[in-house]
Amino acid sequence: MTMTTRASECLMRMYTEDHHLEDYQGSIPRWCTGCGDNAILTAVQRLCRDEKLRPEKTVFVSGIGCSSRFPHYMKTYGFHGIHGRALPIAEGIRLARPDLHVFVNTGDGDCCSIGAAHWVHAIRYNMNLTVMVHDNHIYGLTKMQVSPTSPRGLRSKTTPHGADLEPLNPLSVTLGIQNVSFVAQAVDWIPELVYDIISRAFHHKGCSFVRIIQRCPEFLPELLAPWLSDPNRTLLLTHENGMRVSAALGKVYKNQREHDPSNIDHAREIASLKDLIPVGILYHNPAVPCYEDMRAIMPLRGPDLIQRGLEAEFDKFTIWPQEEAVRP
Amino acid sequence: MNAATALGRATDGGIANGAGAAKAAVTLSEHVIEIVSDSGEGAQRCGQSFGAIAARTGNGIWTVEIIPAEIQPPARSIAGASGNRIRIGSRRVTNGGNEADLVVAFNEQVLLGRVHERELKPGCIILLESMWRDHPDATIAAAYRETFDELVGDGYDVREIPMERECRALVSDPRRGKNMFALGMLCNIYSLDLQLARDQVAFTFGKKEEKVIKSNVALLEAGYEWAESRLDFKYHIPATRANEAQIVVNGNTALALGVLASGMEVCAMYPITPATSASHYLSEVFEKVGGVVHQAEDEIAACTFAIGASYAGKCAVTITSGPGFSLKQEALGLAVMCEIPLVVVDVQRGGPSTGQPTKAEQGDLLAACFGTHGDAPKVVMAVSSIEDCFYSIITARKIAETFNMVVVVLSDANLATSQQPFPRPIFNEAWLAPPVDQSPVPEGAKPYDWDPVTGIARRFVPGQLNGMHTLTGLAHDRLSRVAYDPETNEEGLRHRSLKLAALQKTLKTPTVFGGEEGDLLVIGWGSTQGAIEEAVERLRAEGRQVSSLNLRFLQPMPGGIKEILQRFKQVMTIETGWSDSPGDELINDSNRRLSALAMMLRARYLVDVDCWSEVRGQPVKPDTVYRVLSSKLVQGRR
Repeated sequence: MTMTTRASECLMRMYTEDHHLEDYQGSIPRWCTGCGDNAILTAVQRLCRDEKLRPEKTVFVSGIGCSSRFPHYMKTYGFHGIHGRALPIAEGIRLARPDLHVFVNTGDGDCCSIGAAHWVHAIRYNMNLTVMVHDNHIYGLTKMQVSPTSPRGLRSKTTPHGADLEPLNPLSVTLGIQNVSFVAQAVDWIPELVYDIISRAFHHKGCSFVRIIQRCPEFLPELLAPWLSDPNRTLLLTHENGMRVSAALGKVYKNQREHDPSNIDHAREIASLKDLIPVGILYHNPAVPCYEDMRAIMPLRGPDLIQRGLEAEFDKFTIWPQEEAVRP
Repeated sequence: MNAATALGRATDGGIANGAGAAKAAVTLSEHVIEIVSDSGEGAQRCGQSFGAIAARTGNGIWTVEIIPAEIQPPARSIAGASGNRIRIGSRRVTNGGNEADLVVAFNEQVLLGRVHERELKPGCIILLESMWRDHPDATIAAAYRETFDELVGDGYDVREIPMERECRALVSDPRRGKNMFALGMLCNIYSLDLQLARDQVAFTFGKKEEKVIKSNVALLEAGYEWAESRLDFKYHIPATRANEAQIVVNGNTALALGVLASGMEVCAMYPITPATSASHYLSEVFEKVGGVVHQAEDEIAACTFAIGASYAGKCAVTITSGPGFSLKQEALGLAVMCEIPLVVVDVQRGGPSTGQPTKAEQGDLLAACFGTHGDAPKVVMAVSSIEDCFYSIITARKIAETFNMVVVVLSDANLATSQQPFPRPIFNEAWLAPPVDQSPVPEGAKPYDWDPVTGIARRFVPGQLNGMHTLTGLAHDRLSRVAYDPETNEEGLRHRSLKLAALQKTLKTPTVFGGEEGDLLVIGWGSTQGAIEEAVERLRAEGRQVSSLNLRFLQPMPGGIKEILQRFKQVMTIETGWSDSPGDELINDSNRRLSALAMMLRARYLVDVDCWSEVRGQPVKPDTVYRVLSSKLVQGRR
């Protein structure tokens, strides 16, 4: 993730770098049986193991909602924050600590509703974060209120006569924001690709935005049934610079499209498909600069540097006691 | 004090025969001078330079910016006055003082604004640009003449000065040079050294080319000469040159310097008046010492970004004003709950809602102490002088990191733009934040190993081996696991609260200004300190048994305060936040809303604390405090 290795990091390699899945498993997940969050957790734990991420150098940041319980189930550092604000918290961590791996777990309500302003600006800052939007199209933790991605007509506790509005499309919105550098979509029922896509996101230096469409068996058990029963309604995006689909998977999901992730116009077309759910890398541009690299805190910031800076500022405003020293 | 009035009025500004050389300077102990113009005419620069020259001379000064609410208010409008108020004294000056003794105005409308706000002393000297008298636009000329006659009729000593005409002889665009002409006049009137003034002009325009400096110096000299030969009065305010280096900055610059000196690396902010100028200055200089000013997408993001940086080991600051402070409240609760150190600066302005963005008020004390939902103990400090703005940030960062707490520093619009010299700080490495702790956490240590007495727990920072845990805003146990049982919930609340008591034990009892006992104790916080102490000093010189107390720590309050309160027959607060007037028809003891500090003191100490407050958007004046205290003393005798 961090491209360079600092001398200080090398010196701190004091123990074995081999890790097992258990090294990343925190408390037992309390998500409902069949909840798509479980698939994401499993994929991420595997990724951490495969990438040999040091647990103490890894931070998962979340907001509020079912998705945001995620950090509790990891055995890394975690920050389960407040509703909608996972992204700015993660940005603060990223700016302060380029040596850490920072992941964000957020949901459709957390990211696209209460935290929508932060979402837009996080894409523009393009800080090196792996952002997973667990999109189950509903507010689950507060027990079934309509979310910005709920389909029109959905009956929920706050829309007993059906949701009035067309849903917001997180992919299209993200692809419309300046500085977007990585947009992908996964679905919880193809775990193999959940892993592959999050892995690609992790290796992208910049803000990688991964929307993961997931089932909510408690409140919307039937919502995604048409897609689950008909593999042809899932469109796998393949490309040498994107995803490669295994032979086994290709036999089930025959609806595939060669899509060059550097082509943002095609990415936008794919994002706005109505009946098909695209899965894969929609857009990838490794050349977008990261905000933290522009604003980097000096690695060598000793008391001398601060004193010199401070005295120089004091000099600008000082009245010296001796007449001859008056002239600034 | 107003010696010029006795000398009588003359036409065209001063003495028609130019007998200026004969005039003797009248010695004064202090004067309040205002210079007002339309926005963009440079009155603020004139005032600041004048203040700096006086400070270099060795006078005590306090300068206050006069700021219109709009960026480009219409020219010649009553609400458009832009400029500076400078109080100069022989001794150290601790506040903006009373009404002005002398005013320089570039047009009569902005001057009227100041008259309406009652900022001018009766009969004060007014040096008024005279170009409007014969303005080609008849309406303007008429307005000018009418105002002029009115002011003269009201007893003001109005001198018409052809500033524009005089400047035109030197520069092509007098609108942009008049301020230096005015500066020259003021330097002459107050017997300030011309060479010092030239140096100051050179310093002010230091970044510009030589030509610009030369032309401004010429204007300065012209103004100086004009006053010398054409005005029939001159003053001298004796000065004592300081024997140590002093720095002259406004409160917001001092706050920013404090951020540098505290060793913090991250300031996350969102633009808001009147706090933003602190971040402007910080943006210019922070990177030179490896710091970052991050302008976030909103106030909440600014606060949570700072929390993220603090969590990761670099204690951060977020700087805001009232409306922004309200928006941050939920995030502050998160920092309290997760025990993340954070410094929050609230440069208070008039409220509620958008209120009076450029005006001073002390309306946020209760929001700072109790604003967050649930029990969210935070440290609340108030700065009372420009020097305090600098040191308080250093202290705040230290407290935040020692106790893993949110520290709110309350400043206000008065201090934000006021300037006052203070001894140049001597750098101390102990001011700085320690490096991020990356040592392994001992086996078995818990993320919230609350000390049963102090409530303090060592914080684990990402990167520390064996310290992995998930912070949560949910109620949690010592292992940072989500906990819903009643015992654990109370345990967390208890320890977070205890930290305030632990801090309180380290605080010194504040020093009483005046005598240790007496008839009346007046308590204030923040920027009112100078005005209150000045009034108390005056009353004590008259033999009245009045003392005052300024509180820097509002939460927790230091020990020993109750004992102080009990030594006085009457206790009251003076604040610039709202309180109901006991004189209003419906108001009585059962419904009177008291000002914030009075409420807090009554609740804590069970002492009958009265309050007086005003919310005029201006700093409270020493004369006003004097009158209030005098009448309170009379009440007390009844």
